[in-house]
Amino acid sequence: MVTMTYREAVRDAMAQAMRADPDVFVMGEDIAEMGGSMGVTQGMLEEFGPERVRNTPISEMAIVGAGIGAAMQGMRPIVEIMYEDFTTLAMEQIVNQAAKHRYMSGGQLSVPLTIRTQGGAGWSPGAQHAQQVEAWFCHVPGLKVVYPSTPADARALLWSSIYDDNCVLFFEHRLLYPLKGEVPDELEPLELGSARVHREGEDVTVVAIGRLVHEALKAAEAAEAEGISVEVLDPRTLLPLDEDALVRSVRKTSRCVVAHEAVVRMGFGAEIAAVVQERAFDHLDAPVERVGAKFCPVPFAPVMEQWVVPHMEDVLAAIRRTVGRE
Amino acid sequence: MAKVEQKGHTLSRERLVDFLRELLLIRRFEEKVEERFRAGDLSGFLHVSLGQEAIAVGVCRALDGSDVVASTHRAHAHALALGMHPNELMAELYGKVEGCSRGYGGSMHLYDVARGLIGSNAVVGGGLPSITGSALAFKLRGEPRVAVAFLGDGATNIGTFHESLNLAQLWGVPAVFVCENNGYAESTPAWQQLPITDLAKRAVAFGMHSITVDGQDVEAVYHAAQRAMKHARDGKGPVFLLANTHRLTGHYVGDPQVYRSREELREARETQDPLEKLRARLELPGEEWDELEHEVAVLVQASVDFALNGTDPRPEDALENVYA
Ligand SMILES: Cc1ncc(C[n+]2csc(CCOP(=O)(O)OP(=O)(O)O)c2C)c(N)n1
Repeated sequence: MVTMTYREAVRDAMAQAMRADPDVFVMGEDIAEMGGSMGVTQGMLEEFGPERVRNTPISEMAIVGAGIGAAMQGMRPIVEIMYEDFTTLAMEQIVNQAAKHRYMSGGQLSVPLTIRTQGGAGWSPGAQHAQQVEAWFCHVPGLKVVYPSTPADARALLWSSIYDDNCVLFFEHRLLYPLKGEVPDELEPLELGSARVHREGEDVTVVAIGRLVHEALKAAEAAEAEGISVEVLDPRTLLPLDEDALVRSVRKTSRCVVAHEAVVRMGFGAEIAAVVQERAFDHLDAPVERVGAKFCPVPFAPVMEQWVVPHMEDVLAAIRRTVGRE
Repeated sequence: MAKVEQKGHTLSRERLVDFLRELLLIRRFEEKVEERFRAGDLSGFLHVSLGQEAIAVGVCRALDGSDVVASTHRAHAHALALGMHPNELMAELYGKVEGCSRGYGGSMHLYDVARGLIGSNAVVGGGLPSITGSALAFKLRGEPRVAVAFLGDGATNIGTFHESLNLAQLWGVPAVFVCENNGYAESTPAWQQLPITDLAKRAVAFGMHSITVDGQDVEAVYHAAQRAMKHARDGKGPVFLLANTHRLTGHYVGDPQVYRSREELREARETQDPLEKLRARLELPGEEWDELEHEVAVLVQASVDFALNGTDPRPEDALENVYA
């Protein structure tokens, strides 16, 4: 095992793929000399040169579209969208083109494109730089959606995303970049669609993604002190979803809390709740609790921002609510 | 008052000193913003306009009270030049209820609808279509108003730029697109993002009237902007106003600027400072300058005090204003 930050893990997956495979390249805004606005691609220009680490104009629609084109020709491009808020500018290309070429061609074409992006609140950038939009893409057949929460998962899942023959939206959380963790010496790919149980427990399952995995783990510690045994499950891939792991866990614990930073209303948590009630209804002792942001854009003022997005305390409160139900 | 005689320079000394005061206010305000950010007072993402102040002042002084403006992520200078009180701006950066956007917006989302500021935008090119649309409304209602967008050179690469200019020209609406061409989009220099050097050609492609001006010369900007506004207001269609300029600091506060040399930056600072240029031209006596400095310093410090004494929103206020 070696220790890496989340940021280094993402970079390492790209660099390893690029060393081994000339069909892999990256493009995005300010990713060359500057090494990306979050420093993820730092050093890659020096190693791979400007043809394979392509600095682009501010043209999200065109760079995603160009990634689609190169992917249709059999390359495996990685496009970095600086903030996930700006995936909206490329929405047409992602939703109508990348997601559908395989289908509309009756299987003749595929689009092995990886779109890496990052975001999240917690540093008061205001309403256009702090959203969590991963769930939007889960509503689109043809796409895959990955959201790792640890360095090891980030590296393995990014590699698997690059080598998946579909368009994968790969979400990173800004606040996780400095997070350190152990990763295997050798890069081992991970199947897209396999959940990870971070912590085993008996009384309640917390299904969490991204930053909220860490908030859930803290909440689980605190709950433990109150005598509540919490299982924390990270789906890691939102689409496809590891339903079996989810259902297995909830059948065991009989209670479920779902937690993400994105707004609760119509969110990923709603889908989790639906799957749980479809496949584990008879095992449930309480309604599924949802934790997420309140239903408003992310406000600027730090006091409002902190109140809007969920923290460990919100997860803990949900755990207590569900355990407190008769 | 004697006129400063120079080609294209016709404004009275008094007027120019007024411009100088405004340039200085913006400069010292922005420096204070940098200082307070480094001190850990301010959160979020801050982009200051050091070096580009003359465009804000020259353009905004050429507007009528009823005109509207859409700004960018680099918006403080535009807001101040439109007459926003420094207190309101600083309070917004501190996330206070007294701020121009009541703490909901932050540095990249300044609003002051009463003064015509219909939003600064953190999405590059995000405000351009609404300027075409605002101008359409003025045209449809027969109002003699102009809608003005500020944008950077980097923004000329985004789809909304091309679609908005095309539409504005097609419909002949009273819009002015002011491009602050500082040669960089974040770290990316012009040669890495633009296949042409003369950005005015982009307007030519739509058949749009364009004017190019030295963005470091506040008076030249003012005259050019006046011509642009008149053209638009007279119903002759939109204008692309290209102001060549220099960003004399990082892209954002804290930017280590690994992508450009110290030399380049030093030279630009020494030769391209719009404030120093105007000051030199006016041959302002030391006392008069000191007086301006003092006046501005008092205003800027007062804005910090005002912000520090401001009211934090209640957390639950976050749920207000989501819907009309
Ligand atoms: C659609 C979109 N893509 C990327 C960004 C990130 N970003 C913020 S400012 C900027 C550069 C803008 O350059 P330019 O338009 O020239 O304005 P300047 O910063 O030079 O004032 C970029 C890429 C963004 N805010 N919006």
